[in-house]
Amino acid sequence: MSRETILNVAILAGLLAVALGAWASGEPFVVQLATRAAILGMAGVGLNLALGYGGLVSFGHAAFFGIGGYAAGILASAAQNYEPLMTWPVELPGTTSMPIIWLTAVIAAGLIALPIGALSLRTGGVHFIMITLAFAQMIYYFAISWPAYGGEDGLSIYVRNSLGTLDTMSPLTFFLIAFALLLLVLGLVLVATRSRFGLALAMARQNPLRLTSMGVRPFNVRLTAFVLSAMAVALAGALYADLNRFVSPTMLSWHLSGELIVFVILGGVGRPCGPLIGACIYVLLEQWLGGLTDYWQFPLGVILLLVVLFARGGVIGLVTGRNANA
Amino acid sequence: MTLFLEQVLNGLQFGTMLFLMAAGLTLVFGVMGLINLAHGSLYMVGAFAAAAAAAATGNFLLAIVAALAAAALAGAIVEIVVLRRLYRRDHLDQVLATFALILIFSEGVRWIFGSFPLYLDVPRALAGAVHVGPLSYPLYRLAIIVVGIAVAVGLWLLINRTRLGVQIRAGEADREMIAALGIDIARLYTVVFALGAALAGLAGALIGPIQSVQVGMGEPVLIMAFVVVVIGGIGSIRGALVGAILVGVTDTLGRFLLPIVLGGFMDQASAMSVGSALASMSIYILMAVILVWRPTGLMGAH
Repeated sequence: MSRETILNVAILAGLLAVALGAWASGEPFVVQLATRAAILGMAGVGLNLALGYGGLVSFGHAAFFGIGGYAAGILASAAQNYEPLMTWPVELPGTTSMPIIWLTAVIAAGLIALPIGALSLRTGGVHFIMITLAFAQMIYYFAISWPAYGGEDGLSIYVRNSLGTLDTMSPLTFFLIAFALLLLVLGLVLVATRSRFGLALAMARQNPLRLTSMGVRPFNVRLTAFVLSAMAVALAGALYADLNRFVSPTMLSWHLSGELIVFVILGGVGRPCGPLIGACIYVLLEQWLGGLTDYWQFPLGVILLLVVLFARGGVIGLVTGRNANA
Repeated sequence: MTLFLEQVLNGLQFGTMLFLMAAGLTLVFGVMGLINLAHGSLYMVGAFAAAAAAAATGNFLLAIVAALAAAALAGAIVEIVVLRRLYRRDHLDQVLATFALILIFSEGVRWIFGSFPLYLDVPRALAGAVHVGPLSYPLYRLAIIVVGIAVAVGLWLLINRTRLGVQIRAGEADREMIAALGIDIARLYTVVFALGAALAGLAGALIGPIQSVQVGMGEPVLIMAFVVVVIGGIGSIRGALVGAILVGVTDTLGRFLLPIVLGGFMDQASAMSVGSALASMSIYILMAVILVWRPTGLMGAH
């Protein structure tokens, strides 16, 4: 096994151990933090598919995170208030079943990512960054000004949604659900990046002309990566809404898009577990600095700046001492 | 009709504000190839400097000078300490570093000034309204439009008629060549960045009397300025002007007209909510349409 694989296994085992240990010693708050790290890490892993492997610097993935969150919030609040989700053309009830919510979140994000990706990918470089940001803002402002689902105030989910007969309100159970899905997403991303598609995606990043001459259109490969990555982020968003039992336009804000990028870069771009490590560090920093000072974003900004300037390759790069994709 | 004219003027005023922001953004991108998310922070720095100077001296002109100086100084420091290390890096690093700068600036300003919004008064000389026939319009807003036009003309003169402008244009085209000609390129970059920062600071100071001055005020404007830059074509100041007016007028008129138009075929309450939702999306739809038509923007190269 390479050092990176050992590190990946260690971080996953470590996260699980922290949650189990905290639960055993009666620290539900720590379990909650571990869940947060797992969910944000999942979103980062999803973004990494587009950003790290595909070289598509999307600054708008909060849109998909929020869409996932709103899918959970809207379906659950309809079911909890015994109102139909829609009455036309067919009457659809809401639901509190997690699998249906996850599926809805993923499909909705995929359907919205398709036109956004198709339009944004007409451009590249800085244009792409700004345009993905602008599309995310469009959805953000829509959520704020559309009053049906809480507008600026957001939407509460009274009771966490259900999965079979599990007690999802138990912090540990919910952590294990999130952790299992994290493993699933990580596994799918690994499979995808090692498949023909993954190789084509790497080539689309490194040498699109060469890919074209092999008879593959880089646009199609990139669009696929963009949509898949949006779907993974939406799944994380649905879980995040359930974790907090609350959805608001904050989940769609550009700040969140920035944080997702931070996870990826902090851990290491183009590394399977990089974003998870990044998310864990971010949650820890937030917690630690937040305890030290009210102005905790100031030292956080300084730390991020130092990482960009001096620690290229992120934490995994520091530990393994090798460039990503080498 | 007078209401409509008033809204058109509001759109123009908003557009000139956006132009002040977008000009710096597009200049910095065109010359240095840097994507600067912290541009909105410089706008905020300008607004706070103006509010503090106005509170101390009671003089609006001094407040404007303070805003220009503070934003230019902050810009120059940031360029020298951080950003010049990033010109050769990829855009991802630039995005992250300037994102970190936003956190630092926002939290730093909150530290110094607290979380409560500050207010700037409209200067006495510019208070009141101008009356043209049935139309009356605040003098201060007209003054903003005039300042915007003056800055646009000034920038055009600077870039096309001065030695610095020649260097800026040459820097966009070929940085190695102008370095070989003996121009201190590091200093040129600092000057260009400080110039863009000063324009952002000016925008922040001018908007102070219209909105409240608070932490985070730069972020919505920054994103609108991005839309302007994308529509106009990255690196083109003329494009920034056209894009800014287009975005300003579309946004303002959209908010005004959409609820009225929709009110024609749905009830008042839902026309208001659907209209405002659509209006807040209108500029992004405009951007998408323009991109489908011309992926590099209206005045972008090739």
